Order: sequence, then C-alpha cells, then structure tokens
Amino acid sequence: MIQNQEIIIAGFGGQGVLSMGQIISYSAMKEGKEVSWMPAYGPEMRGGTANCIVIVSPKKVSSPIVTMFDSAIILNQPSLEKFDSKVKPGGLLLCEQSTIITPSVRTDIEMLIIPATAQAVKMGKKQVANMILLGAFLERRPIVSIANILLALKEVLPERHHHLIPLNEEALYAGQQFASSHMQTV
Amino acid sequence: MSEIQHDETPKLMKGNEALAEASLRAGLQAYFGYPITPQSEILEYLAEKAPEHTEVVVLQAESEIAAINMVYGASGAGARVMTTSSSPGISLMQEGISYMAASELPCVIANVQRGGPGLGTIQPAQGDYFQATKGGGHGDYHMIVLAPSSVQEMADFVFDGFRLAEEYRMPAMILADGALGQMMEKVYLPKAGTLPKKETPWATVGKTASRERNYITSLHIESEKMETVNLHLQDTYRKLKQEVRCELTNTADADIFLVAFGLSARICNKVMDIARAKGINVGVIRPITLYPFPYDIIASFAGPAKMFLTVEMNAGQMVEDVRLAVNGKSPVYFKGRMGGMIPTPEEIMLEVEAMSEKQQNLNQSAGYL
Repeated sequence: MIQNQEIIIAGFGGQGVLSMGQIISYSAMKEGKEVSWMPAYGPEMRGGTANCIVIVSPKKVSSPIVTMFDSAIILNQPSLEKFDSKVKPGGLLLCEQSTIITPSVRTDIEMLIIPATAQAVKMGKKQVANMILLGAFLERRPIVSIANILLALKEVLPERHHHLIPLNEEALYAGQQFASSHMQTV
Repeated sequence: MSEIQHDETPKLMKGNEALAEASLRAGLQAYFGYPITPQSEILEYLAEKAPEHTEVVVLQAESEIAAINMVYGASGAGARVMTTSSSPGISLMQEGISYMAASELPCVIANVQRGGPGLGTIQPAQGDYFQATKGGGHGDYHMIVLAPSSVQEMADFVFDGFRLAEEYRMPAMILADGALGQMMEKVYLPKAGTLPKKETPWATVGKTASRERNYITSLHIESEKMETVNLHLQDTYRKLKQEVRCELTNTADADIFLVAFGLSARICNKVMDIARAKGINVGVIRPITLYPFPYDIIASFAGPAKMFLTVEMNAGQMVEDVRLAVNGKSPVYFKGRMGGMIPTPEEIMLEVEAMSEKQQNLNQSAGYL
C-alpha cells in the first residue's frame, strides 16, 4: 500500500472523471488519510473538458493545487496533450485507448493504455469505463483498497443506484486484471 | 475564544457545501442570496435543505442589492442571518454593508472571491482584500474579516463569524475564494445546537409596555450625534483587537517569513517544505483575521537579519499591512498572480531562493556569519 499520490484525472464531461476522483478521495478519507479534490471549474469546463486533482497523503495536504503529478488518468486526446509533460519522471500515465490518437512518446514514465470503453461496452454498460480505469490504476498504485472503494460506492450512491454496484465491482476487477497482465505497454 | 464542538466522523464536502451545512447547524434563521459562480452551491444547498428546516427562511432575492437589504431587515428583527456572493455581487452589496455597520447589525457575509476587476473571471482570486478590510462602502467602518484556508475552516468560520458578529454587533465577512468553495476535503462539521444566540434586546420586534421604543437607523442628521455614533464604532473596533488570530508554522528558527492568507497560505506551506528540504529556513505566517490584522504578531518577527515575502492572488494588497507591521525593520517583498491565476510553488520558490542568496550576501558583509 502506497501512502502519497498527487493525481490528475482528465477527460470529457460525462466520462465520470470528477466522480472517479471523488471515489478515490472518499475511500482514502475512510482509511484515515488526508485528501483533497480540486476540480477545474473554469473556462476549461465550458469547452466540454473536465479534470480534477486528487491528493492523498498521510499528513495534512498543503497546496491542493500542484503542477506536476505522480499519476495521470487520461480519457481524451486534448487532456493527454495538456498533461503528458506534467507527469513526474517515474510516474504513471494511464490512458483510455479509444480516445487516444497520438500516444505519449515519453520513455521515463510507466505507461498503460487500456481499452476501457470497449471492455465496458462488452460488459453492457459504457458508463463503467471509468471504473475499469480506476481498477487498473489501483493495481499499479494501490493508494486505497478496492474493498474500501466498494464500501465508498455503497455510502455515496443513492439507494436507487445500488443495483449497479455489482457491475462496478466487476469493472474494477476487470481493470485490475488488465493492469496486472500488461506489465509495461505503450 | 470559545471552542467549536465537532462531529466525530468526518465528511467529504465542497467548501461551499460545508459552509452552507455549517450555517444550518449554527442555527441560521434566514438566508438571502443571488446565484453567482463560484459560490452558487451555497444557495443551492440551502434551497434543497429548506424543506427539512422549516425554521429557516431561504430566499433567492431579485439581486444582491435586494439580498443585503433583506439581511438588514432580518438582522434588525433579531434574526441570525447570512448572505453569500462572489466579488461582483459583493460590490453591489457595499451600500447595505455600510448601513449595517452604522446600525450595528450583526450578520455573516461570505465572499467566495473570483478574479476581477469588473465582471472578471470565475477563477479563484484574492483581489477583494482592500474592499473587505478597509471598508468597501462609504464612511469610517470595518467588518470582522475571517480568511479560511481549508474546507474545515469554511465550516468553522460560520460559527466564529456569528459568534463575533453578535458579540460586537457588526457584520462579519468570511473572505474565501473560488478554489476553497469548489474543492472537496475532509471536514468535521460543527455540531448543531452548540452556538448559543446572544439576546437581542435592541431588535425591532414590537414595543412592549416595559421599555422605550427600539429604533434602528444609520441616519443622524445632526453632526454631533453622528460623531457620537462614529466614536462608539471606533471604540468597538478597538475592543475587537483582542480577537486577532494568526497561524504560525515553523517561525521559531525562520530567516525568511512567507506571509499569506487563505489558499495562498496553503501554497506557501508547500513552498516551506521545499525550501526547508534545501536548507533554507522558511516559516509561514497566516493571518486568520484580516480585520483585525495581526500587526503586533508580524512586527515581533521583524529584525535586521530577517526577510518577508507576502504572497497573494492579487497585485499586492495585504503586503501594505505587512509593511506597516514590519515598519522598515526588514525588507518586505511581494509575489502575486492576478485575474484568477494561482501562483505555483515553483515560482514562489524562485523568489525565496533569490531572497536567501541576497540574505547570505548581506549577512556576510554585515559580519553576522
């Protein structure tokens, strides 16, 4: 289990970018860690893109806004172009395959391109693509346990959506599986 | 300073939501506001909760001007009342705030600042420091100004704000910014029902046989009377100085002091960590009450071998108060970004390194080392 992560999650609105960040934050808080979740709410959002910075730390988070990241979870090409150079050397870059036209050419970071949307469609619900990415992320950077993510979903989701939890669980494990079987891909 | 009692389990909330929830727990009786980014969640949250809180009036006014005058009316009737807005909306409220200060009416006003001047941008800024601390409206008045730097303080300062506003009978402002409003953090909410309300024998709630008529006004045509009102207000501001609050981090051995409030102070804490790792002794002074300002505390750190760097999300406003406090005893530098831009730890670090180098040269030539 790792203790510190400064993460950027970025993509289009509607891909579950902000909620993915909230789920990590909530679960980490439940594990007794310090967290901050900072969404971009400005002009970027008006252009249809969304991103959030999530910081998980064993001590009080100083600045909620950082410019370099330990990990980037990227769900579209414009976000990749914006944040590719902002991943710290040795950091992790996770991308959703179907939206990436020109992959990163960096060689000093760990990269993983995941066919999350294709997999989610196979599972019958496109919306769980973000959970597949989250599962893959947690396999590589276990900042919170998947068990606590599931508990968080139960607490955060309204009762009427609880029937979707098993599908989200399946998606998390599918992502985890993918990440563990593709140790280093570009 | 009375301690706030908190829930045992934390919640993950946006600053705006935490402030709104805290206001309900503080025993809010009326809220009047008008939507504006980046603080609209406050009105939205209260409107959503209103059906469960039939004791609270939640109203979207037709404008910010109407909202602040509704606050005047509710406060005059003795209610615990709040309004919230962001920079351009707060500008519209200035006349009403001056009237409330003159009439000695307590209330809480939150300004979740955005970049200005003018209609500006919706991104976070700290450009309203002068307006908040020096009296944005007309006449010789001040408000209590509390500057939160976390979601926890967005909640807590509602309690502190009401307590101080009622104690000193004046408006209290929570001067936040868009980032603090929009970000989510862990928050231990203050417990409901733990903030006793001060008696309001001055309220205009109908004359009883046992007392004279209560009269709330800011209009005193006779200059002698108006000066008396002013002298009384100045007396209150002098008493208010005992409420000054300031957070000091690693100041004991510091050679360079970063002075910053709100979000800027959070960024400065990061700079402090980076600088200390490089062997530069940096401390952070974070004024929590911007009015009354911690002049004496800052002055106590000034001296020939020390340096100050004020960091703000504006063109340099609080730095004037820091210079007044330091009073020429140390150099005071400034680093700021404007228009909704947020200074990065890296660019502040460049300033710190340049200052440190200058300091070492000075110390060598003065024979301190």
